[in-house]
Parts: sequence; structure tokens; C-alpha cells
Amino acid sequence: MNAIEMTGLTKKYGERTAVKSLNLSIEQGTCFALLGVNGAGKTTTIKMLSCLTKPTSGDAVILGKSILTDPQAVKEIANISPQEMAVAPNLTVRENLELIAGIYGSEGRAAREKATRMIEEFDLSEVERQKAKTLSGGWQRRLSIAMALISEPQVLFLDEPTLGLDVLARRELWSVIEHLRGKVTIILTTHYMEEAESLSDSIGVMARGELKALGTAAELIARTGAKTFEDAFVALATGSKASA
Amino acid sequence: MKLLAFASRNRKELLRDPWNLAFGIGFPVVLLLLLSAIQANIPVSLFNIEKLAPGIAVFGLSFISLFSATLIAKDRTTSFLMRLFASPLSASDFILAYALPLLPMAVLQGAVCFVTAFFLGLSVNVNVLLALVVLIPPAILYIGIGLLAGSVLTDKQVGGICGALLTNVSAWLSGTWFDLNLVGGAFKRIAYALPFAHAVDAAKAAIAGDYASIFPHLWWVIGYAAVIMVIAVVAFKRKMNGDNV
Ligand SMILES: Nc1ncnc2c1ncn2[C@@H]1O[C@H](COP(=O)(O)OP(=O)(O)O)[C@@H](O)[C@H]1O
Ligand SMILES: [Mg+2]
Repeated sequence: MNAIEMTGLTKKYGERTAVKSLNLSIEQGTCFALLGVNGAGKTTTIKMLSCLTKPTSGDAVILGKSILTDPQAVKEIANISPQEMAVAPNLTVRENLELIAGIYGSEGRAAREKATRMIEEFDLSEVERQKAKTLSGGWQRRLSIAMALISEPQVLFLDEPTLGLDVLARRELWSVIEHLRGKVTIILTTHYMEEAESLSDSIGVMARGELKALGTAAELIARTGAKTFEDAFVALATGSKASA
Repeated sequence: MKLLAFASRNRKELLRDPWNLAFGIGFPVVLLLLLSAIQANIPVSLFNIEKLAPGIAVFGLSFISLFSATLIAKDRTTSFLMRLFASPLSASDFILAYALPLLPMAVLQGAVCFVTAFFLGLSVNVNVLLALVVLIPPAILYIGIGLLAGSVLTDKQVGGICGALLTNVSAWLSGTWFDLNLVGGAFKRIAYALPFAHAVDAAKAAIAGDYASIFPHLWWVIGYAAVIMVIAVVAFKRKMNGDNV
């Protein structure tokens, strides 16, 4: 079953077309990577899917709910970790988590228990009582993703989840995302080739607002005749033939 | 309730900023003490505590605007609001959750101001409590100004508009520092076309026990507060549905 179906999803900012007629289906429980350089239209796609901005034309249906006609229902079942950290600076790690749990309808004890579970799952206990603004980028990113997961979304949007993380923190996050596989439908955006390759079940390559190719890393390599996934990406994103 | 979860976050965020507390509570107190010290050393009567205290209490509310505007503008620039816009909260949930924690802060600020005034000779009676109640519509007006400014300005612009412009307008056009009747003319007309002088006059009337004079002035404030709140909600909704948070 498809968790997400986009049909002709388009966003224009004035004259500029940020996302051009996306037609994409994403199977439930899989991890889909949107891969593209800066300005390719990844964030705009995520924003439309999470009902943060309205498409100029086209529609997307998320677990049966249209982002155009039923955004409230979509907001209940999805959550997002934005490209920027988007944490409340003067709240502690635990308070940030309980806040989001509360906003999605868990009260008092239920919110506290959910926060405790997230703190364990994301190894946040050593910074639990620290204000979010005092955390390093890596910790903030981890908190940001935990905040997206605490509402127990069925669909999770991760916009550049490993941006600014060092190698170790990145690997740790990969393992968290790995764990979610099969349970949550994930769309993540990245401009790291190896991230898309190792995390996702399928990859969409975006360039200048358009979906240039779709498939697994192996399929994309095979299709372009490239040696590595990086070469395949360059070929697909620029529209040139991969050098053999 | 979902809205209360967010309101409680806003309360924490406001109270944990030491500058908010220092300015919100401390500045009016310092001003009162300073002016009274000046008064004690000169023979002519410059300030009369029954008139000064309500003026300073209203002036202090302009800091409430500054806090709320700064909080919202920061939440916009740090994308924190973007995360929340993806949640099931509605525009009115947001506005209420930002406004609710500010109201007790405003009342507390007024109370601290009047208690300080007690030590400076303000007579302790029930009219002071009435004045605190009379300050609620002005408080809502200032909160509305803050919500509006925070919805449309960046956090740097907020510092200029609410921090400099609004505090000065509140100070000069409210009749706190000098009797507007002494200046008269266009200045007085402008002052009474705006709500600030009316807010101060209503609070002064309450303290003086001149109950009949409260309401004509308070209606001006309530009218302005209602209009500003509506504009703030519209502006916030536009941000929520727009392309640029
Ligand atoms: N709010 C906006 N107003 C105008 N143009 C925008 C806005 N957001 C994004 N864009 C433009 O849309 C294009 C795609 O941006 P974005 O989706 O952020 O790309 P990515 O996330 O892949 O880096 C860019 O050219 C960008 O300048
Ligand atoms: Mg982006």
C-alpha cells in the first residue's frame, strides 16, 4: 500500500518554479530519499507534504488524506524535523519533548512517559535537564528528530537530518533511522549521496525542481552506466551522460 | 489541552529570560523611585504619586508588547513556529497561547508598580485594586500590539518598533510626564486620538475614586484593543498560510 501519492505536485514562487509537477508514490513503511543539490526543491516538496505551504497546483494524498482538502488530518498523522533545528531555546531537552507531546494531545503523565521513551531511544539522558540553546549542533539535531517522533507519526519528514553533524553523530542517527524502517514511512532529504544510498529503500533525484530519476541506488547506477553512485547522481542531476 | 501545552511553553520562555523580568518588573519600579527621589529634593510639586503611578503602570505595559513581539518574531526566525505550524494547532490556538501567559505578567507588573507607590505615599485602598482591573484592557491592547508586531516584523525590527517607538509613544503621548492640558493644541488632540492617554486617564480616575470618568476613557482603549487584536489574528493567519514564515 502507498502511504504517499503525489500527483502533479507543483510550487511556483512568482516566476520561479521551485517544484515542477511531481508524480511520486511512496510505499508505506519504507524510507524514501529525495536527493539533490541546494535549491533543487527538496525543502519545498517537504513543506507542501507537511501542509506548511500550499501547492500552486497538483495534490498529494497521505494515508488517504489530501493535503488540499484535509490538512488537519494530515497534520495529526505526520510530523516534521525541519532543516533548521527548530527547538525551543529556553526549554530543557525534556521540556521540549513534553511540549510537542502535549501539542499532539498527550497530557501530563502520558506526555512525560513519551518523553522518557524518546530520551532513552535517542540517548539524551545526559542532557535531559539542559536548556536546548546550550546544546551542540549534534545534540540539537538529535532532539529535533526526537521531537518529530514523539507524536508517533505514521509519516515522518526529515529535512536534511544530518546537516552539520560530525561523522560519528551521523552514523548514530543513521542507526536510529534504520530502526524506524518498516514502522514509519520516512521521507528524508539529503545532498549526501552515501546517506541516500545506505538509508533509503528508494531514491528520487531532484534537480531544478524536477524529479530526474527514481529507483534504488543500484538501479540508478545501472541506468546511467556509472561506476559509482556519485557518478550516477552527477549524470542524472546535470542530464549529462556518465563517463564510463 | 493542546493550546495550554504551548501557552505553558511561552510562559517558561518569557520568565526564563532575565531581561524580561528585570525590565518588565524592575524598570517601572526604578522609574518611580527615581522620580520620587527627584521630587523629594525640589520644592515645586512636579509629580503627584496618585497621577504618576497609573502613568508608569501603563508605560510599563509597553515592555509586555516588546516581550511578546520578540518571542513570536524569534519563533519565526528560528523556524520553531514552522515545526508548530505542521502540528494540529489552529491560528486562534497560537494567538491565545501567546497572549495568555502575558496577561498575568501584565497584572503582576501593575501590582508591583502600585505596591512600590504605596511606599511612596499612594494611599492603600480598594481603588488601587480597581485600577488594576482597569489596566486589563490596556494590557490586552499592548499584548495585541506585541502579537501584531511579532507576526509581521523580524526580531531586530521588533527591537526598534516596540522597544524604541512604542515605549516613547507610550511615555510622551500618555500624559504621564506632563499634563497634556498644559501642552494643548495638536499634541493633545493626537494624544487623545490614540489610546495611551485614555488608558492612563482611566487608571487615574480609578485611583482617584472618580468612577464616572473611567469608562469614557476605557471605551477608547477597548475599541483600539479589539481592532488591534483582529488585525493581529489576520496577520498571524497570513503568516501561517503564507510562503514565508
Ligand atoms: N519562500 C520562498 N520564496 C521564494 N522562493 C523560494 C522560497 N522558498 C524556496 N524558494 C526557491 O525555490 C527553490 C527551491 O528551494 P528549496 O526547496 O529550499 O531547495 P532545497 O531544499 O532542495 O535546497 C530555490 O530556488 C529557492 O530559492
Ligand atoms: Mg532544503
